[in-house]
Amino acid sequence: MTDWFHPSVFYIFGAALIPFLRGKVRNAYLMLIPLLGVASVFAMSSGTFWSWDFLGTVLTFGAVDKLSIVFGWVFTIMSFIGIVYALHVNDQGQHVAAFLYVGGALGVTFAGDYLTLFVFWELMAFASAYLVFARREPAAIRAGYRYLLVHTFGGVCLLGGIILHYLSTKSMVVGPLDHDGSLAFYMMLVGVMINAAVPPLHAWLTDAYPEGTVTGSVFMSAFTTKTAVYVLVRIFPGTELLVYLGTIMALYGVVYAVLENDCRRLLAYHIISQVGYMVAGVGIGTEMSLNGSVSHAFAHILYKGLLFMGAGAVIEMTGRRKLTELGGLYRTMPITLVLYMIGGFAISAFPLFSGFVTKSMVIAGASHDHRPLVALFLTMASAGTFLHTGLKLPYYMFFGKDSGLEAKEPPLNMLIAMGMAAFMCIGIGVLPGPLYNLLPYPVHFNAYTGDHVTSALGILLFTGLGFFMLLKKLDPEPTISIDTDWVYRKGSRVFMWLANKPLAVGDTYVGNVYDTWFTRFTLFFSGFLARVVDVKGIDGAVNGVAHFFIGLAGMLRVTASGLVRNYAATMLIGVVVILGCYLFASLMSL
Amino acid sequence: MIKRIVLYIGNPAHSGTLKKLSYVALGLTVAADFLVQREHAMYIWDKIPGWGALYGFVSCVVIVLVSKFIGHKCGVMRGEDYYND
Repeated sequence: MTDWFHPSVFYIFGAALIPFLRGKVRNAYLMLIPLLGVASVFAMSSGTFWSWDFLGTVLTFGAVDKLSIVFGWVFTIMSFIGIVYALHVNDQGQHVAAFLYVGGALGVTFAGDYLTLFVFWELMAFASAYLVFARREPAAIRAGYRYLLVHTFGGVCLLGGIILHYLSTKSMVVGPLDHDGSLAFYMMLVGVMINAAVPPLHAWLTDAYPEGTVTGSVFMSAFTTKTAVYVLVRIFPGTELLVYLGTIMALYGVVYAVLENDCRRLLAYHIISQVGYMVAGVGIGTEMSLNGSVSHAFAHILYKGLLFMGAGAVIEMTGRRKLTELGGLYRTMPITLVLYMIGGFAISAFPLFSGFVTKSMVIAGASHDHRPLVALFLTMASAGTFLHTGLKLPYYMFFGKDSGLEAKEPPLNMLIAMGMAAFMCIGIGVLPGPLYNLLPYPVHFNAYTGDHVTSALGILLFTGLGFFMLLKKLDPEPTISIDTDWVYRKGSRVFMWLANKPLAVGDTYVGNVYDTWFTRFTLFFSGFLARVVDVKGIDGAVNGVAHFFIGLAGMLRVTASGLVRNYAATMLIGVVVILGCYLFASLMSL
Repeated sequence: MIKRIVLYIGNPAHSGTLKKLSYVALGLTVAADFLVQREHAMYIWDKIPGWGALYGFVSCVVIVLVSKFIGHKCGVMRGEDYYND
């Protein structure tokens, strides 16, 4: 008990007190909980803690090793930054939901059995959905319901896989699954892939994240996909399919980001792209690539949080979210711009920023595993990352044509939170050692070799050249892009149309056929039964039996004459007949 | 300080200077790529000086053109009221 304390306890039980606090006390309390979380991760060492028997299985809340500790670190740090960013928000429900969400993510991270993992997994889905609902606009509420439905489906897949896995192995212990191609394996994989936003199961992310509250989306950008990456690293290392899906993801997000006009949706597509690197790293499955995935998840949570905070600050101060309606904000929001750009450089993997020391580890992992095409495509995607997050979005938001918006810098707490994330992005980039020491496997990798630095700079700066040459083509357009959420957004309409039109018509037709044929035939048949079978058959049989017994009784009545000699003669005949039968039987048996 | 740099960059009057500085940066990057040692090169393209610059530029152009083609010609981009919900 004293060896280890579950950080989720602070978040989940601590959240219950938030609605009763106000003002500075509440703000201090909101910051205290993540700090306690960080402290509990700091005090952790590997081992198994908090195991209990429950209905014949062992529930383990504290399976602690290097992999879970590194995710514990980044989740608790990000929760502190995220809550500082949200301190000005007076909607208590959002703070409660955010803490439950973080508690769920940490619960998954330290879960030692699948049942515990699943329960925390679902807690995350429901708590995070509230962060979308909390914007309280019709579009947000609809997106929230879609988000919830997709995650419920994913949860059911995961649970189904867990049950099948348990039935075949009798084990609930979380660990690498056999690549046996069983239904259990694929159901669990699909359940986790939905949360990791692997195409074609990704559209919930770009649907819901831009609809969340300004502060809620910062939390969302950090936890759901990265918890799924953690589970992938834990359960599915070396799954070949993930190499291809991850590489496709990295490019898929980049392509859609070109077309996107909503600033947070553009960033959401880049979450998909960046998680693609991590998924590919898990698929490659070597120590170097798994280290790459984990470290990239760590860096990604911080720089993506920073980017969402920057875009959120602009939305908060201007009320606009479309690039076509923004522009020229550099004059009024210079500090926001600079902090955003630090996130932009980090995600683009500029030397001295965090992405450089983590993303390159995934790409090097692909190269060392002799996958030149994967390495080339992932490098291409990183050019696309800089193109959008580092160039297109800031250009059209802060420079470009002047939108004439009267904005000012966001509240101090938002700037401080962004400053902390920016500090981490640069700190990891300049001194990767502490992060490398946290990684699950020993690191034999140095990002800062001369040729790596110059080639990375070449890729990025010449991407910039391409951007300014193609600037006319890149002007944002006031459109939305069809993605795989079309299937359930339009598909549900097709279903309703099917239900209303062809099915209704068919129903009437079948009804008519039923009336015309079945009912009429049934009536005719029952008429036949009534007229013929009932009258002639059943009544006839009953009446016939009655008539027979009446006749028999009449005959018997004649024999009962009352004369003794007649009775005596009858008895004598009877005795003679019985004796005759007996004699005949005896003679036959001789 | 930060504000002054941002205002300087944003001012259209300085775009000529910034352009020249950018070209210098591009030139220096390519030049530096010729000077560094390449003992870690795994593939043939890693050994070509200036490969990063070329690949970055080509990637950028390919991504923009392919995406815009998909967006406009394959019916992916639709009006904002497409879902109308």
